[in-house]
Amino acid sequence: MSASRIDRCFEALRQQDRAALVTFVTAGYPDYQHSAEILKGLPEAGADIIELGMPFTDPMADGAPIQLASQRALAGGHNTIKTLQMVREFREHNQHTPIVLMGYYNPIYCYGVERFLDDAAASGVDGMIVVDLPPEHDNELCVPAREAGIHFIRLATPTTDAARLPGVLVNTSGFLYYVSSTGVTGSAAPTAEKVEKELARIREHTNLPVAVGFGIRTAPQAERIARFADAVVVGSALVECIANADTEAQGRDDVLSLTRELSAAVREARTTLNVS
Amino acid sequence: MSTATTLRQGPDVNGFFGHFGGRFVAETLMPLVLELQKEYARARNSKDFIDEMDALRRDFVGRKSPLYLAERLTEQLGGAKVYLKREDLLHTGAHKINNCLGQILLAKRMGKTRIIAETGAGMHGVATATVAARFGMECVVYMGSVDIHRQQPNVQRMRLLGAKVIPVTSGAGTLKDAMNEALRDWVTNVADTFYIIGTVAGPHPYPAMVRDFQSIIGEETREQILEREGRLPDTLVACVGGGSNAMGLFHPFLDDNSVAMVGVEAAGEGLDKRHAASLKGGTPGVLHGNRTFLLQSADGQIQDAHSISAGLDYPGIGPEHAWLNDIGRVSYAAITDDEALEAFHTLCRIEGIIPALETAHAIAYVMKVAPTLPQDHLIVINLSGRGDKDMSTVLAAMDASAENAEKDAGKDVKGEA
Repeated sequence: MSASRIDRCFEALRQQDRAALVTFVTAGYPDYQHSAEILKGLPEAGADIIELGMPFTDPMADGAPIQLASQRALAGGHNTIKTLQMVREFREHNQHTPIVLMGYYNPIYCYGVERFLDDAAASGVDGMIVVDLPPEHDNELCVPAREAGIHFIRLATPTTDAARLPGVLVNTSGFLYYVSSTGVTGSAAPTAEKVEKELARIREHTNLPVAVGFGIRTAPQAERIARFADAVVVGSALVECIANADTEAQGRDDVLSLTRELSAAVREARTTLNVS
Repeated sequence: MSTATTLRQGPDVNGFFGHFGGRFVAETLMPLVLELQKEYARARNSKDFIDEMDALRRDFVGRKSPLYLAERLTEQLGGAKVYLKREDLLHTGAHKINNCLGQILLAKRMGKTRIIAETGAGMHGVATATVAARFGMECVVYMGSVDIHRQQPNVQRMRLLGAKVIPVTSGAGTLKDAMNEALRDWVTNVADTFYIIGTVAGPHPYPAMVRDFQSIIGEETREQILEREGRLPDTLVACVGGGSNAMGLFHPFLDDNSVAMVGVEAAGEGLDKRHAASLKGGTPGVLHGNRTFLLQSADGQIQDAHSISAGLDYPGIGPEHAWLNDIGRVSYAAITDDEALEAFHTLCRIEGIIPALETAHAIAYVMKVAPTLPQDHLIVINLSGRGDKDMSTVLAAMDASAENAEKDAGKDVKGEA
C-alpha cells in the first residue's frame, strides 16, 4: 500500500511530537445538512482524523448517545449511500484529513462488499472500523478492504491478551484503536496510569500508531492521554453536544467548539510535560 | 444420502452451518466466546457434568416429558394421527428450562457469578431466573417494554424468583432490543457475567450448544414413538422464532430420511403486511453474532418484526435453520395471528390443554395439513409451552373480535330494518 493519508498524518504528527485528535461523529445526525457542515468544519477546529459513524439500527457496542444519534439519522432517511456521498462532498474541499468509517457489518454486507469498497475508495474513504468483524472473519471484509487500498483498523481491548494480540494485529493497518475499557462507547474511562501501562504492553507487539478511546470526554482527559498515546479518540461527548443543543445549528457550533478545546489540549500535552 | 454423510455434525470450527452462523462479535467479547467454546467442549464430555444434568433434568425439571396422543384433535381433523410432545408440563412451563439448566451448569464450571438473559415472551426469562435461584446466582433479565406489558405474569414470576427485570425501550421494545441490551451488559461485565442466550442464535458456540441442550426433546420423542408405534414419525412440526424448540425436536432425526420436518414461522398480519417470518420474508444478513435470514431493508437496517406471540416476535432465526432451509432438509411454513388464535382455542376446548401462543402456530399448521393426510401418517407437534402467560393477549383479541361481531350484527339489524 502506498503512503496513505492516514500514514502521512501520523508521520507529520510524529515530527511535531504530538498526538492526533480523532473525532467521531454520526453521519446524518442531526440531519444531512448539519452533519455535512460539522464534517467540513472539523479539520479547521483541530481534528486530525475524522471517524464517521455509519448509522445502524442495532448498534450493540454503543452506549445511549450514539444509539440515539443513529436512530435519529435513520429516521431522517440517512443510509449508507448518503454516508458515502457525504464523504465525497467533503473531499471536494479537503484532500488531506483522513476519514475512517466506523460501524457494523450488516449495512456493508447488504450493500455488497465489493461494491461498497469500490464506492468507498472512490469517495475518498481512508479506513474502516467494523465493530462486529473480529480477525476470525478477516476474509469477509478486512482482506478485500486492504486490497482495495482501505485501511482496516482493529480494536484491541482490555480482554485482548498477549496470546490473542498478534492475531488481532496481523491484518490491521493505519493505526490500532485501543478501547480503554470493557463496555459500550461513552462508558467511564479508567485511570490514565492504567491505560499507559496497557499501551506499553501493546507496543511490544506493534509499531503501528495506537489510538486510545472510550470514555474520553473533556480537554483535561484528552491532554492526559495525549502525553503517551499516538491519538486520542473522542466520540460520545461530541455526539451529546448535538443532543443537548436547542437547535441543529447550535449543536453544530458546540461540536466544533468542543473540538477546538480538545485540539488545544492535545497540542499542549507534551509541551506541558517537557516544561514540568 | 449415504450412511457416511450426516447432517448432524455442524457447525464447522468457525461456527458455520454452510454459509450461516459465525462469530460476528466485538473484540471485547471474542476471548470470552472462545473460552466458552472450549469449556463447553470439555463439559459435554465430562461424566460429572452429564450426571449432574441428568439428575436435575429428572428431579428438578420433571423429565422425561410425555408423548401424548391427541385423540380428539386427531378425530376432529379426520386425517393424520397427532401426537403432542408435552414440554408444557416441565417446570416453568416450557422447553426453555432444558437450555437454561445446561448453561447454568456451564456458568458454574467457569466460575461465573452473575447471569444475564434476554427474553421475549418471558418464558426464557422465567427459566433463567429459576436456575439462577437454584444455583444462588445474581440474575438480570432484559425485556422489551412492549413485552413487559403483554406478558405481565411472567414479569411477576421473574421478580418472585429474585431476578431483576430491566425494561428496554430502545427500538420497538421487543426481543431484538432486549438482546442488544443484554449484549451491551455482557461487553461491560465480561469478567463475572455469563450470558444465557435463550435460543439457537448468537455467536458460535451458542447455536450448537443450545441445540444440544434442547435435543433431549427429539431423543425422548424417538424413544417414545418407537415404543408406542413401533416406527419413526412421518412428520415433525414445531414453531420457530429463534428456533430452539424446533432444533431440539428436529436434530436427532435429521439423518432419518423418512421423517419430514416443518418449522412454522409467525406470519403475523400476513406475509405481505407486518410479520415475523425471517425465512419466508427475509434476506441474509448479520445480526447478534451470526449470519442468518433477517427482516431488513435494502440498506441493511433491521426491521421490527410483528407477531401476536412475543416469543416469535424476532426479526431473525437461528443459523442452523437458515442452513436446513437452504439445503431443503426442513421445510418452513408461516401461520398468521388469526390462525394461531383459532388453534389456541381449539386445543383448549377439545384437548383441555392451554398452549402458548407460540406453540399455537405449530398446531394451526397441523390443523391445516392433517385432514389431507392418511390416518396412518404420524405427526408429532412439539407442544413447547403452556399458555397461562398469554391470557391477557388472548382475552383482548376475543374482546376485539366480539366487538367487531357486534358491529357486524348491528349492521345486519339496520339492514333488515
